[in-house]
Amino acid sequence: MVSYIIRRLLYAIPTILGVLLITFILFNLIPGDPSYDIAGKSASAETIAEIRRELGFDKPRFLDTEALSQGRIAAAFDSQFFNHFRNTLTLNFPRSLTSHEPIWDEIKSRAPASLTLAAPMFIGLIATSIAIALVVAFARGSWVDTILVFICVVGMSIPMLSYILFGQHYLAYELGWFPILGYESGMQAFKYIALPCLLGIASGLGSYVRFYRTVMLDEMRSDYVRTAFAKGLSSPRVLFKHVLKNAMIPIITTLVLSIPFLFLGSLLLERFFSIPGMGSYFLDAFNSRDFPVINAMVFTTSLLYVLGQLVTDICYALVDPRISLR
Amino acid sequence: MTEAALTSDIAVGKGRSLWADAWRRLLSRKLVVASLIVIAVFVMVALGVYAGLIARDWSEPVGPRYQRPSLEHGFGTDFLGRSVWRKTLYGAKISLTVAFLASLISICIGLPLGAIAGYFKGWIDELIVWLFTTVNSIPYIILILAFAFVLQGKTLFGYPLRGISVVYLVIGLTSWVGLCRLIRGEVLKHRDRDYVMAARAYGCSRSRIILGHVIPNVAHLVIINFSLRFVSFIHAEVILSFLGLGVKGEPSWGVMIDDARQELYRGCWWQLAAATLAIGLLCLALNIVGDALRDALDPKLRQGLE
Repeated sequence: MVSYIIRRLLYAIPTILGVLLITFILFNLIPGDPSYDIAGKSASAETIAEIRRELGFDKPRFLDTEALSQGRIAAAFDSQFFNHFRNTLTLNFPRSLTSHEPIWDEIKSRAPASLTLAAPMFIGLIATSIAIALVVAFARGSWVDTILVFICVVGMSIPMLSYILFGQHYLAYELGWFPILGYESGMQAFKYIALPCLLGIASGLGSYVRFYRTVMLDEMRSDYVRTAFAKGLSSPRVLFKHVLKNAMIPIITTLVLSIPFLFLGSLLLERFFSIPGMGSYFLDAFNSRDFPVINAMVFTTSLLYVLGQLVTDICYALVDPRISLR
Repeated sequence: MTEAALTSDIAVGKGRSLWADAWRRLLSRKLVVASLIVIAVFVMVALGVYAGLIARDWSEPVGPRYQRPSLEHGFGTDFLGRSVWRKTLYGAKISLTVAFLASLISICIGLPLGAIAGYFKGWIDELIVWLFTTVNSIPYIILILAFAFVLQGKTLFGYPLRGISVVYLVIGLTSWVGLCRLIRGEVLKHRDRDYVMAARAYGCSRSRIILGHVIPNVAHLVIINFSLRFVSFIHAEVILSFLGLGVKGEPSWGVMIDDARQELYRGCWWQLAAATLAIGLLCLALNIVGDALRDALDPKLRQGLE
C-alpha cells in the first residue's frame, strides 16, 4: 500500500510540471512584457523599469547565457523560466497588481468562504442525485423512469446563468425568502449560502442523476444481481445492499471529476451573491487584468485537482483490492 | 415494436451498413425526429442570418423600450427598444458558428493526436498522454477563462483575435482532451486486429493504415462525442460572452443574458426568458439526438436492459 501511494505520488510530478509549463507559456511567452499595459500610456521610463524589475521581466527568458559562459552556474538559472517554476512551486507568488497584497495570503483568507459554499452544495448535490437515481433505477423502464430522465435532460440543457438569474430575482428579490446577496462568516453564513447552494444543486442535478442512473443500470446487468434476484431477494434489498455498494467506485470517480464543475458553479455563484471566495477573486482579477493573480489561481486550482485525483486513486486502492499500478 | 422489426430485418440478413442502419434507427423514434427538426430549424435560422435574410436589422429599435411580449412586439423589446425576437434569432448564428468551429478545431487536434498515440505507442504515446493529462488537470472553466484572457486582442497569423474568433479558438483549444483519450483507447484496441495486420502485410504505409483503415473504423466515436459536446460548447459561449471575454457588438445569447441582468430589476424577464428558451430548446434537441446517436452507432449498447 505504501509503495502504491509513493508510486502514485511520483506520477503526479510530471503533471504538475506540465501545468507550470502551460502557465509559463500562457502568462510569460504569449503576452510578452505586460509592463506597458500596467503602467499606462504616459508612464515614465523609470516607472516601467520599476515594474519590469518587480515582475522579473528584466531577466533573460530561459537561460542567462552570459553568466553561464562566465561559469556562474547559479546566476545562469536566474531567468524568467526558472523563476516562474521556482516561485510557483513554492507558492511564493508575486503581489497582486491591484491590491498589492501577497496573493497567497489573499487566497488563504478567501478559501473558507469558498468552502462554506462549495461543501454543502457538493454534498447536497451528490446525496440528492444518488437518491433520485435509486428511485429511477427502481422504476426502470416504466413511465416514471422516462419522465424523470426527460426532466433531467431538460434540466441540463438550461444554462446555469438562467438558474442563477431567475432564482435570485424571484426567490430572493420578489418573494424575499432569502437575502439577495452578501456574506458573513460564522453561523450567519448559512443564511447567505442557502440560495446559492440550492441553485447550484438544481442546475447540476440533471447531469448527475442521469450519470448515476447509467451507473446503476450497468450494475443491474451483472451476474451477481441476477443471482440475488434468483434467490428471491426483494428489489429494494438488491438495490441498497448490492447495487449501491458496487456503484461506489464510479461514484467516487465523479466526486473528483466534478471538482471542475464545482469551480464553475462557485465562480458564478460567488460573483452573483457577492460571496468573498476564491471564485470572485479570480473573476475580479480578469476585470482588472491582474495576471499574476490569474496565474496563481490556475496553478492552485490545478494543484487541488491533482491532489484530489491522487486521493481518489488511493481510495480506489482501499476500496478495491484488484487495483494496482503496473 | 419497431425494435422488433429492426432485429428481424437483421436476422433475415439484409445487409446494411452501420451508418444506414443507424440512420434508420434514428428515424424510427418520434422524439428523435422532432429533435432533428428542431436542430435543422436552428441551423436554417443561422444560415439565414449569414445570408442577411433573417434579423438583419436587429440593431434598429422597433418600438418603445421595455415592451412586454405581445402580438405586436413578439418577444418584447429590450432597453434600447430593439426586438428581443430578432436578437434571439441572431444569437443562433453565433452559437452554432462557435459550436461548429470549436468542434472542428478540437477534432483537428484530438483525432490525429489520439490516433498517433494509440497506433505508435512507446514514447510518442507517453508524451501525448502526458500532454492531455496536464491539460486535463487544470479545471476546465479556469483553463478556458485563462486562455480567453491571454488570447484576447492578440493576432494569429496577422489575423486579429477578438469577439467570436477568441471564443471558438479558446473552446477548440481546450476541449480536445476527451476525444483524444477516447480515440487513443480505441486505436490501441484496433492496431492489432486482423484487418490492420492484413494492411500491414500488404505493404501499406503507416500513414495509409492510420488514415485509410483505422480512422474510418473509429470515426463514429467522433460523431457521438461531438453531438454531446456541442451542448457544452454552447454553454461555454454563453458564459464567456456573459463575462465579457467573448462576443461583443453582436447579440449572442450570452450577451442577451448579460443585458437581461439589469433589466430584470425593472421586472423585464422576457429577454432572459427568450435566451433561456432558445438555449434550452437547442441543447435539449442536441442532447436527445446525441443519446440516440450513441445508442444507434454503438452496437455494444444495443442489447438493452431487460
